[in-house]
Amino acid sequence: MAKIYVNGQAVECQDNLTILEATQQLEDVYIPTLCHLDLEAFNIEHHIGSCRICMVDVEVDGRRKMLPSCATPVKDGMIIYTNTPEIIHTRRTVLELILSDHPFECLTCLKNGNCELQSLSKEFGITKISYQGKKKNYPIDVSSKAIKRELNKCIMCRRCETACNILQTVGTLSGYKRGFDAVVAPANLKPLVETNCTFCGQCVNVCPTAALTEISYINDVWKAINDPNKKVIVQTAPAVRVGICEEFCLDHFDPSNTGKLVTGLRMLGFDAVFDTNFSADLTIMEEANEFIQRFTKGGRLPLLTSCCPGWINFLEHNFPDLIDIPSTCKSPQQMFGAIAKTYYANKIGIAPKDLIVVSIMPCLAKKYEAGREEFKRNNIPDVDYVLTTRELATMFKEAGINLHKLKPSEYDSPLGISTGAAVIFGVTGGVVEAALRTAYEWITNEKLEEINFTQVRGLDGVKEATVDIKGTKVNIAVTSGLGNARKILEKIEDGTANYHLIEIMACPGGCINGGGQPYIHGDTNKILQRLNAIYTIDEKSKIRKSHENPDIIKLYQEFLGEPGSHKAHELLHTNYFNREMV
Amino acid sequence: MKKIKTKEDLFQLYERNKTLLALRTADERVKEDVEKAKKNKTQREILVCGDTGCASAKSKVIFNYLKKEIENRGLDDKIKVIQTGCFGLCEKGPVLMSFPEENFYVEFKPEYIKNFVEEHLINGKDLDRLYYTDPITKRKIPKRSEIPFYKKQFKIALRNVGVIDPSQLDEYIAVKGYQALAKCLSMSPMDVINIIKKSGLRGRGGGGFPTGIKWEVCNKMPGDDKFIICNADEGDPGAFMDRSILEGDPFSVLEAMAIGGYAIGANKGVIYIRAEYPSAITRLQVAIKQLRERELLGKNILGNDFSFDIELKYGAGAFVCGEETALIASVQGRRGEPTTKPPFPAEKGLWEKPTVVNNVETFANIPPIILNGPEWFASIGTEKSKGTKVFALAGKINYGGLIEVPMGTTLREIIYDIGGGLKNGKQLKAVQTGGPSGGCIPAEYIDTPITYESLTESGSMMGSGGMIVIDEDNCMVDVAKYYLEFTTHESCGKCAPCRIGTKRMPEILTQITEGYAEDDAIEKLENLGKVIKNASLCGLGQTAPNPVLSTIRFFRNEYENHIKNKKCKAGVCKNLFIYRINDNCTGCLVCFKNCPAGAIIGAPRQKHIINFEKCTKCGICFMKCRFNAIEVV
Amino acid sequence: MGVALDDLQLTQKECHNELLEQMYNKLDDFISSLGIQKRDPFRKGHLIQVLHKAQEIFGYLPEEVQIFVAKKMNLHLSEVAGVISFYNFFTTTPKGKNQIHICLGTACFVKGAQRILEEFTEQLGIGPQEVTEDKEYSIDIVRCVGACGLAPVVTVRDRVYAKVTTGDVEKIIKECKEISSE
Ligand SMILES: Cc1cc2nc3c(=O)[nH]c(=O)nc-3n(C[C@H](O)[C@H](O)[C@H](O)COP(=O)(O)O)c2cc1C
Ligand code: SF4
Ligand code: SF4
Ligand code: SF4
Ligand code: SF4
Ligand code: SF4
Ligand code: SF4
Ligand code: SF4
Ligand code: SF4
Ligand code: FES
Ligand code: FES
Ligand code: FES
Repeated sequence: MAKIYVNGQAVECQDNLTILEATQQLEDVYIPTLCHLDLEAFNIEHHIGSCRICMVDVEVDGRRKMLPSCATPVKDGMIIYTNTPEIIHTRRTVLELILSDHPFECLTCLKNGNCELQSLSKEFGITKISYQGKKKNYPIDVSSKAIKRELNKCIMCRRCETACNILQTVGTLSGYKRGFDAVVAPANLKPLVETNCTFCGQCVNVCPTAALTEISYINDVWKAINDPNKKVIVQTAPAVRVGICEEFCLDHFDPSNTGKLVTGLRMLGFDAVFDTNFSADLTIMEEANEFIQRFTKGGRLPLLTSCCPGWINFLEHNFPDLIDIPSTCKSPQQMFGAIAKTYYANKIGIAPKDLIVVSIMPCLAKKYEAGREEFKRNNIPDVDYVLTTRELATMFKEAGINLHKLKPSEYDSPLGISTGAAVIFGVTGGVVEAALRTAYEWITNEKLEEINFTQVRGLDGVKEATVDIKGTKVNIAVTSGLGNARKILEKIEDGTANYHLIEIMACPGGCINGGGQPYIHGDTNKILQRLNAIYTIDEKSKIRKSHENPDIIKLYQEFLGEPGSHKAHELLHTNYFNREMV
Repeated sequence: MKKIKTKEDLFQLYERNKTLLALRTADERVKEDVEKAKKNKTQREILVCGDTGCASAKSKVIFNYLKKEIENRGLDDKIKVIQTGCFGLCEKGPVLMSFPEENFYVEFKPEYIKNFVEEHLINGKDLDRLYYTDPITKRKIPKRSEIPFYKKQFKIALRNVGVIDPSQLDEYIAVKGYQALAKCLSMSPMDVINIIKKSGLRGRGGGGFPTGIKWEVCNKMPGDDKFIICNADEGDPGAFMDRSILEGDPFSVLEAMAIGGYAIGANKGVIYIRAEYPSAITRLQVAIKQLRERELLGKNILGNDFSFDIELKYGAGAFVCGEETALIASVQGRRGEPTTKPPFPAEKGLWEKPTVVNNVETFANIPPIILNGPEWFASIGTEKSKGTKVFALAGKINYGGLIEVPMGTTLREIIYDIGGGLKNGKQLKAVQTGGPSGGCIPAEYIDTPITYESLTESGSMMGSGGMIVIDEDNCMVDVAKYYLEFTTHESCGKCAPCRIGTKRMPEILTQITEGYAEDDAIEKLENLGKVIKNASLCGLGQTAPNPVLSTIRFFRNEYENHIKNKKCKAGVCKNLFIYRINDNCTGCLVCFKNCPAGAIIGAPRQKHIINFEKCTKCGICFMKCRFNAIEVV
Repeated sequence: MGVALDDLQLTQKECHNELLEQMYNKLDDFISSLGIQKRDPFRKGHLIQVLHKAQEIFGYLPEEVQIFVAKKMNLHLSEVAGVISFYNFFTTTPKGKNQIHICLGTACFVKGAQRILEEFTEQLGIGPQEVTEDKEYSIDIVRCVGACGLAPVVTVRDRVYAKVTTGDVEKIIKECKEISSE
């Protein structure tokens, strides 16, 4: 324990805290921050101390100086003042300096109203920029279809570097050049699409400004909706239904919110509102089948899940020798697109080119995925536009749709019915759990009583479990966050892994924490809340096993035949490429 | 070559080697040895400065030719030619010395060699023109000890520089090399630390942190894996003390690192050296190789339970890597970005292990302290600043070079007694110390004794030891801008106040020097300066505004003259002055002939006129006119 | 005739490739000699040394060389590029045949080195870190070459020009060419 004095008041605190952490326990002390970030649930501490906004006046060992509260550990006897006039003046001048190298485009900025720099400027009551001078001038990078990089808005907080290099170990971003020219960027300022970026979007999630954002397709979607010659349908990913709640102050735990989302989408003008959960069930049919084939017939194991395009990118870039071990199942988004532009288009008698498929995703990698060449048929993409949860919220707001006020309604048929097994795709561990629910019954031909596999739930980065399927032991690993995935993949590479089934999600916590979800500004409790909300929806679902989804059964009967059929292979499976990149 | 496996081996070798230096040291105690040596074959030694300053003036060629010439004449038995480190008086390089006479030859040229050998060495004739000329009396002074430049100096760190052959471990052994380590190994690490603490030695790398205390902190940290790092990054532009020590006496630094390693419990040392110092790198490589061969580096040194080895790591051109946490990042192969302190390197440094980082000169002081005792060291210097300090004296001074003086010496003594005053009889305006972290001390303050505290009080800093003399022809705003532009270029860019602040400050300074600054420019500079100092992450930003703040403090009128009257009296800021020819003009045509812009109108013996529309202010006429007829207005 | 010319170009190209291959082999040998393990947590400690070597071999550090280093050391390209872009010493573009180093250390600066730089820039039409179009000259700024007593100082390869005046600039440029064509 350390005893410190904060603004004259004696405080006892643990001695492994920073000054900021120690003062956060005090109600009457507030210290502004900008670069600092703690992602508590994922054990990420970003205490770089680079913005100098959180400076406080500290007297320690008889010496008095200004120190960054976010990066300075407390020490017994420290005397701290958090708001002397000099401190306030210093913080303000530093902020003015930061603003002197920033474009003033709030009105047209994607982060308007959601920007930590903007709020700080408001908080400090900045009304003029006292220092003017040269500003950095880098071109905007929209090479990737997924992530927009606008370095002129970068404040060098380096959070993205921590996200990309420490959390994800992808290593796309690094400090580049030095001094006034310094930026955080891919090697040699390359366009993102030419790098090893996985488009997981974790950097976007932590960026306090609009230096990193999604590439928005809102305008294209409006245009499509307004085009009388197009039929525009929409699918919503599992994690979107909980994410969107935060944008409209809805209660996460109320499953009827999903119905409000459906109503809202209909009001936007989509011709049919479908659910990615439907194709998640479809994924389970194919993947469980594939697992059983490999598991019982001595195929290559472990089987790795493949529904996360961020992780697939990671695999193709970093572990080209392992590209044949994931499941060949497409992601639910792409399965949906493939079925929509064949089965559904056919059903409603429309040419695929006139059917526009829009996805609402918690994800940026899905934007990239939708553009991959192998997901086009006759040069027509299976999925035309991918919007994030955030973009959808913006569309709702523009259209004056307040989800709060809406009456719930049901998804359209035939691609709208789904099970509880599908919704848990949105959280780490969910895919494996859903697969087990089906695989167990298929292998044993018995009804699974306890369908909650709690061993694989929770936000831990690596979860291991052994599931007993009537005497056969299945070793399972569940990881989320690419840093954790790397650990497991290295084990596989080294031949020291002994797993049969591995689920990998690029985003820590899974899609609930995807790169397209509402910003949490460092509050990982929100992720926990989303996680619990997902399981609540599962809990309250009438059907909770994918193979019991009646529309899925019908789809196989009418169109696909059976899981793993030739047709299923053609439409629902893919393969991976060696795209090694350092 | 015999290995030095025990203390006894070392002392035996010392006894054998000490005559090697007999001629050079002219020490009473070895007088007999001198006689002995003379009876031996070698009767004379010629020392050639091989340090970079002289080397750039062809001293290596001189060394080789001289050696060959002496061999050709069959004199190589009697006359030994030795290449050493810097003699200090680099301004007059290349410099040679002959022993035992202690004669000092300056501005030597390869062409002189034949004559030198024949007339001087063989026939014993004085070659006056090679001797140093006193700037005031114009007298020739043959002996080094009588040259004023050397009189006020006191050498501890440089004790062997320019004396021994830095490529020979045997010569280092002859000056009691490795006896300090031997002594330490018979004490406990804490005893060693106590000696250093008692000596009052403070870091010479700039900060002045007490070395003993730093070692103690590290010693007390748990764990066996620790490191000791020698900071040889020396980034201050215009300073070369550390390089000269490494080129002239590498072994003393290597010995001191082993002592430090023993004291803190590290058996790995790292020298982080600038890649721009190729000859110092070679010297170190040669020295380390010899030490390994003779087993003074490696396992069980001098028969003790102490193992130690040293690795060289190279910088790649980043001033900020002199900052210890940035240095550590760089050693780890990363961008040289500093990290916040605490934790200090002594707690968590290289590869997260407790690490001591010390400067080259700090290390060079260690062996003499151990050998002569802490009291001896503490008796030199002032109350709070003990010992000596090495400076690289340069700028508008008659005798620039490498000097070492006791702490407490005044700037006046350095500039006038040692440095021989200003060049061309110009007026002293200021002295810059501390490089980009320091400031300008105005002429009125030259009686300031040099201590860490006094320099800080006068708005400057001890820094690593650059000392630049500034005269009336320098514009202080321009000087401040020079340093700030340097920092802008060298800032790592990690923290906002330094990254952006050190860009805004030179922008304002440029407005001032180009004549379009706003009236509140000084106020803005002062405010920015204060905030950058307080809020920056590392020492670079925390000191970067010093050159501006100190010049505003002492030369405010010069700033105001630029801003309000749009005038640069020093004739530096091109927009703010013109050259004019006054009545002193004799019509000698020199300026007329030399003007590259054809801006001078004139005829023989008539007063010339400058067409200021054509004049590019290149300054050539100003320099060439011998009649003081061209003035800045 | 046409055929012969093609052949010539082909051999030139082969020759060039062979040279390049030799360079890569040299770098490869150097990196291998360091005995770096793929997952050694200390492996990055060698990076700067490796880059020094690579620049010594290739003259500069184009992206292909960066990728080679990154792969060999199991580092990310962005890390390698980030380090290269941080340090002055490393360059990603080739330098001129004659690299003119102008000292702008303090001692040289107070003795007018800025004007020397301006004169070089004026005569060669290039600024610091730039290369003339004919690839003959490049100008680089150095901060103290340790010959402050002789300020202002300009160096070209191992030649040191001491106490340089603006009037000497033309001569220095001319001499460069003479030395390089020797
Ligand atoms: C920007 C900056 C540059 C520095 N450059 C050097 C340097 O070139 N050499 C050096 O020894 N110390 C330098 N230092 C000081 C080091 O950080 C460190 O304090 C020093 O090496 C400690 O050694 P000492 O206690 O023996 O002085 C620099 C500090 C800063 C902030
Ligand atoms: S990033 Fe923030 S401060 Fe910058 S323009 Fe956008 S909203 Fe405004
Ligand atoms: S906040 Fe100010 S600048 Fe922005 S829209 Fe309103 S009035 Fe205009
Ligand atoms: S999207 Fe993911 S992989 Fe790409 S730069 Fe951002 S954090 Fe790195
Ligand atoms: S891109 Fe965003 S997260 Fe990354 S350093 Fe810049 S402001 Fe911070
Ligand atoms: S975890 Fe989900 S949100 Fe994240 S990249 Fe994968 S699919 Fe997208
Ligand atoms: S003060 Fe300057 S050099 Fe130091 S960390 Fe900040 S930006 Fe980098
Ligand atoms: S050099 Fe001086 S004296 Fe001679 S013509 Fe020019 S101004 Fe007159
Ligand atoms: S300063 Fe230069 S250009 Fe101007 S008159 Fe003198 S020599 Fe000519
Ligand atoms: S929040 Fe503490 S330095 Fe940025
Ligand atoms: S370099 Fe020769 S005397 Fe200093
Ligand atoms: S400053 Fe130019 S050589 Fe030292």
